[in-house]
Parts: sequence; structure tokens; C-alpha cells
Amino acid sequence: MIRPDAPVLLEIHDLQARVEDQPILKGVSLTVRAGEIHAVMGRNGSGKSTLSKVLAGHPAYTVTGGTVHYLGEDLLSLEPELRARAGLFLGFQYPVEIPGVSNLEFLRVATNARRAGKGEEELDTFAFEDLVRERLQVVQMDPAFLERSVNEGFSGGEKKRNEILQMALLDPLVAVLDETDSGLDIDALRIVAGGVNHLAGPDNATLLITHYQRLLDVITPDYVHVMAAGRILRTGGKELALELEERGYDWVDAELAALERTPAEVL
Amino acid sequence: MVAASLSTPTAAAGAGPGGWIAALLATASGGADALAASRQRAAQALAQIPLPSRRDEAWRFTDLAPLTALNPTLLTPAPAAQPEVAAGSLRLHLDGRSDPLAGISLPAGVEPISGAELSETLGQVLAATGSADLWPVLLNGATARSVLALRVRGAVPTSLELVSDAGGGEGILSLRLLLLLEPGASVEVLQVHRSSGANLTSVVLEARLREGAVLRHGLLAPGDGAACLLATVAVEQATGSRYSGVSAHGGWALGRLEPRLVQREGAAHSALKALQLADGRQISDTHSQMVFAGPGGRLEQLHKAVADGHGRSVFNGAVQVPRLAQRTDAAQLSRNLLLSDRARIDTKPELEIVADDVRCAHGATVSRLQQDELFYLQSRGIAADQAARLLLRGFCEEVLQELPAAAAAWQPLVSLLGEEGR
Repeated sequence: MIRPDAPVLLEIHDLQARVEDQPILKGVSLTVRAGEIHAVMGRNGSGKSTLSKVLAGHPAYTVTGGTVHYLGEDLLSLEPELRARAGLFLGFQYPVEIPGVSNLEFLRVATNARRAGKGEEELDTFAFEDLVRERLQVVQMDPAFLERSVNEGFSGGEKKRNEILQMALLDPLVAVLDETDSGLDIDALRIVAGGVNHLAGPDNATLLITHYQRLLDVITPDYVHVMAAGRILRTGGKELALELEERGYDWVDAELAALERTPAEVL
Repeated sequence: MVAASLSTPTAAAGAGPGGWIAALLATASGGADALAASRQRAAQALAQIPLPSRRDEAWRFTDLAPLTALNPTLLTPAPAAQPEVAAGSLRLHLDGRSDPLAGISLPAGVEPISGAELSETLGQVLAATGSADLWPVLLNGATARSVLALRVRGAVPTSLELVSDAGGGEGILSLRLLLLLEPGASVEVLQVHRSSGANLTSVVLEARLREGAVLRHGLLAPGDGAACLLATVAVEQATGSRYSGVSAHGGWALGRLEPRLVQREGAAHSALKALQLADGRQISDTHSQMVFAGPGGRLEQLHKAVADGHGRSVFNGAVQVPRLAQRTDAAQLSRNLLLSDRARIDTKPELEIVADDVRCAHGATVSRLQQDELFYLQSRGIAADQAARLLLRGFCEEVLQELPAAAAAWQPLVSLLGEEGR
């Protein structure tokens, strides 16, 4: 839902980042307002996953330029846990398995950390169990998964449901979902997308990082951005995703090549 | 009789480590109990060999200094506060002197062994597992004044807790245990050894499992400060028997555990799961030995260690598969967590495989906390230090949750990690 007067939640300006000595992001700018759903599309290696990890504060990535403001504050100066407590959520492309740590306890500790960030009281074990059982329905997840170790032995679909369950519990203002559709069969995709749609509202925003159009068949974006070589090459409405689907990514390559050739020709 | 045993250690008298043994033997000698004769034999053997040193392969990484710093005298600890006994569990208190069975009614299927049978049986499992001449076993033999010996028949639903707390006193607490499981018997036994003072807990368990017997064995040993622990667990298995040993020790200035297993005719199942922790300047050591003396035996072994501070962790896992032990299936995995730049981990599988038709897998990993796991937790609002604690707990829980149910009352996580339990 696009409302030009809605408050800006996330403002990315000319963001540049590298991993080890490899520059990945080469100047990304993006403004996200409350109520909006953005899709960031692009080929593997275009930098879209890096963007999500930089926003969440992954220590392997170094920001080399640009700014990110979240609710008007400098996001990049915050530790990852403080970003999460302030309501930024990253749904992982490959959720991490943590043997020996019970999923239920993990969810409770995470939920209480976020509640503390919102100035709300911590939930005790019983109150939390009630809450988690209610939120399980958002992703139609079997309560048996609460008793297991975090993501351990979960199938790809179960891991992604567990991500959306975390999103449902943490009540984020900006959710960045990195390739949430990868590795899902059509039923799992429908359930996960249903969860995302259920949680999207006028006060929060969602950034979908995806390779394929098919996720956008079930979640309708307000904006589609096409990334290539660490930049946003083009921005449009949902029709841009359809165009990508039809024409493939080849034209992106052509456009990119032209862009990179231009300065040389001017010389 | 007192004069006779006093004469043995004089050769080693004087200052230094040899003097430490001499002084200990002087205080431990004498007595007219059932163990007097074997005690004297062990004392003589002990007096004739030097203290283990870093030149001995089995003690290469394990310095005895924390042990010889202790007062070489015998300790009889005062009763200590203990958690409530869990339902379905029977607790026996070991202080090295009083009869742990006084005023106790044993569950059906469990009876004490005494007299000629005891003197005849004691030491047989040590001999069968090649453990009789181990230095910690000799030290125990030279100082223990009583033995808790039990025979088990049939399936015993009650789990037995064998508990000691050396407390804050100085000296050596020596405990000797013997379990005989008759054919088809099954029982759960949990050893708990605690201490908070400058003392040594020396414990030797012999267990004989007859055909088809099942022993679920736990050993939980949280130490503190200058306290030392030397624990030997010798297990002799007949065919079709199952031994499952789960151990966790940490917090000792020097803590060393030696599980010694033999499958006499093979065709038995052995499982070892262990966790050891070393922080500060602690030494945490496990030397395990598994011998397949017949074909078709199985071993599943997981050894986990955490080293922090200046702590030192040592694991040596010997597995012997002689020619007659065809179709042995053995797997050993050593997983180690190195939490500080100054901590040290030495881990070594020691497989001697002569038989050719066997499966023997082994592996070892040493790592820090995984960055991707830490980041995942942080990305959910969990602070870095809390995330690290959660991961450490998870690492330990994989072993701790396999301890017999009666261990829960002793709060293994709290006692070993200082963590709040759940």
C-alpha cells in the first residue's frame, strides 16, 4: 500500500559494502515507507542477499560508504541485536541449525528481547506458550517443532515456516525476507506467503529479496527493484517483475553493459 | 601389622613428590578391615614406582602438581547439604568410612556382596580391563578402607545414586565400588562426586555385566577450587550385554576420568558419552580404553570438551581391535570447543586395528563458537554474550540430557557451568 505521506521507516543512501576484499554493494539507494511491500530481484551474485545481511549487521560484511537510517536513526552504528530489538527482522535464506538449544526457549528469549525493545514486559513461560501456540497458526506449524533443537533436522520448508513464526512473534517494523521462497514446494510457498500477507499492515513494511516471480504471484509488491552488480538498476511497479519473468535477466545484462561502457565512450 | 606397612614407604621419604606418597601411605596404613591385605599390596606397589610424570605417555599433558599440592592425609568428609532425592531413585552416601547401606532397604533384585566372595571378586574386573596397575587405581587401592559391593538380578526399576561430597576439608577421599550384574539384569546407576575444598576424590568402580545384562551408568562430577578428581570406571562385558556410560566433569584443579571397557567375547554394545570442562587453570582429562576381545562388538563414543581461560583439556581414546575381533563396529567422535586464546586442547584417537573385516570410524573437531550461529541469535535480539552462553549450553546439553534422570536434581548445567537451569 503506497501512501506518499506515510512515515519513512528505512532510508538507504548510496550504500557500499564489501566482503573480505571484494566490493559487493556499489551504491544502493532505497526508501521504504510504512505500509509498503518492496521486492528486490536480481540474479545470483547481484548483491541482493548482501544487502539483507548488511542491513541486519552481519559481521562478515564491511560497509565502505553510504548511510542507512532506520526510524531516523543511524542503523549501521547499532549492534545486530539492537537492530532486532528495534524491530528490524531478517528472514534467513539458510536458517541456522543450533543443536542443543530448544526452539521454544530460543523463541521465548528472542520474543522477550524484542518486547524489552518495545518497552513491554517480558512474558513468563506460561504466557509465552499461549502466545506461541496462537502464532503457530499463522504458519500452520506442528507444535512438536517447539520441542526440538532450533532448526535441527527441519526440512527446508519447516525452516522457512520457523522463520515466519519468528517474524510473527517479533512483530517487526521492517521485515527483510531473504529468498524466503527458495527451496519451497508450492504448498509450503502458499503457507509462507500467507503468513507474510497476514503480518503485513499499514504500520510495517516488507522487503522481499527474491530470484523468481512466483513469490510475487502470492505477495503483491508495491515496488519492484532490479539489482545487478551491486546497484539498483531499475525500479518499477509489480509489472516490472512480470517483464523480468517474460524477458529473463538478459536485458539486465545488456543494460548493465551499456551503463558500464558509456563512461569509456565519453572519454 | 602397622610396623610392616610403615616400613615400605621409607625409601621414598623426604620432601618432593616421592615424599608426598610416603607421607600418604604412612597415614593410610594399618587397619583390620576386609581391604587390609589388598591395601598393603597396593601400597607396596605404589611405593616402588615413581609418580607419573610428563615423560609418561599417559600423563604427557596432565601435570600432577595440583594433586601433590594437597595434604597427604585421609579425609572423612562431614555430611553435606544435598538436593531432594528424585522419585524412583535410591541414594547411597559414600564417605569412605561409614557403611552406606546402614539403615537402607535395598530394592528387590539388589543385594550386598561380602566376605569371601567379595575378597575373591574384587579386582577381577580391574585385571580383565588391564587397569590394576594404573597409578590412580593403585592410589585408590592403597587408601580405600571400604567398598560398596552390590549384586543385581533381574530388571531393577529403582535407579541407584552413589553420592560423595568431599566438602571443604583437606586430604583424600577414597571410594571403591563393585557392581555385579547377573545374566539379563538391568539397572541404572548414577555416581555423583562433588567437592569444594583442597582434597582429592579418588574413586574406582568395577562393573561386571553377564550375558544380556544392561547397565545405564552416569557419572556427574562438578568440582571447585583446588579440588582434584581421579575416577576409574572398569567394565567387563559378556556377550549381548549393553553398557551405556554418560559422564560430565569439570571445575576440578585436576580432574581425570579413565573408562576402561572390555568385551570379553565381543558381541556386546558399549556407548560412551562424555563432557568435560576446563576453565581458569584447570586440567580436565579423559583417557578411555575399549578392548574388543571377541568378534561382532559395537562401540559408540562421543567425547565433548570445552576449554576456556587458561584451561587445559586432554582426551585420549584408545580402541583395540585384535585379529579375533572381526565385524567390530566402532565409532569415536571428539568434539571440542576452544573459547579462549590461552586455553589448550589435546585430543587423540588411538586405534589399534588388526582385524580386517571391521568398521572403525573416528574423528575430531576443534572450533570456536560458530559465527553464523552467534549472528543468527543476535539477529533475533539476543545479546552477544547471552548468545554465546546459549550456544555453550546447547553444546553441553547434548551430553547432559543423556545422564540418568536422577541427575536432574543435581542441576548439571548449574553445577558445571554456573548457568541457570531450566
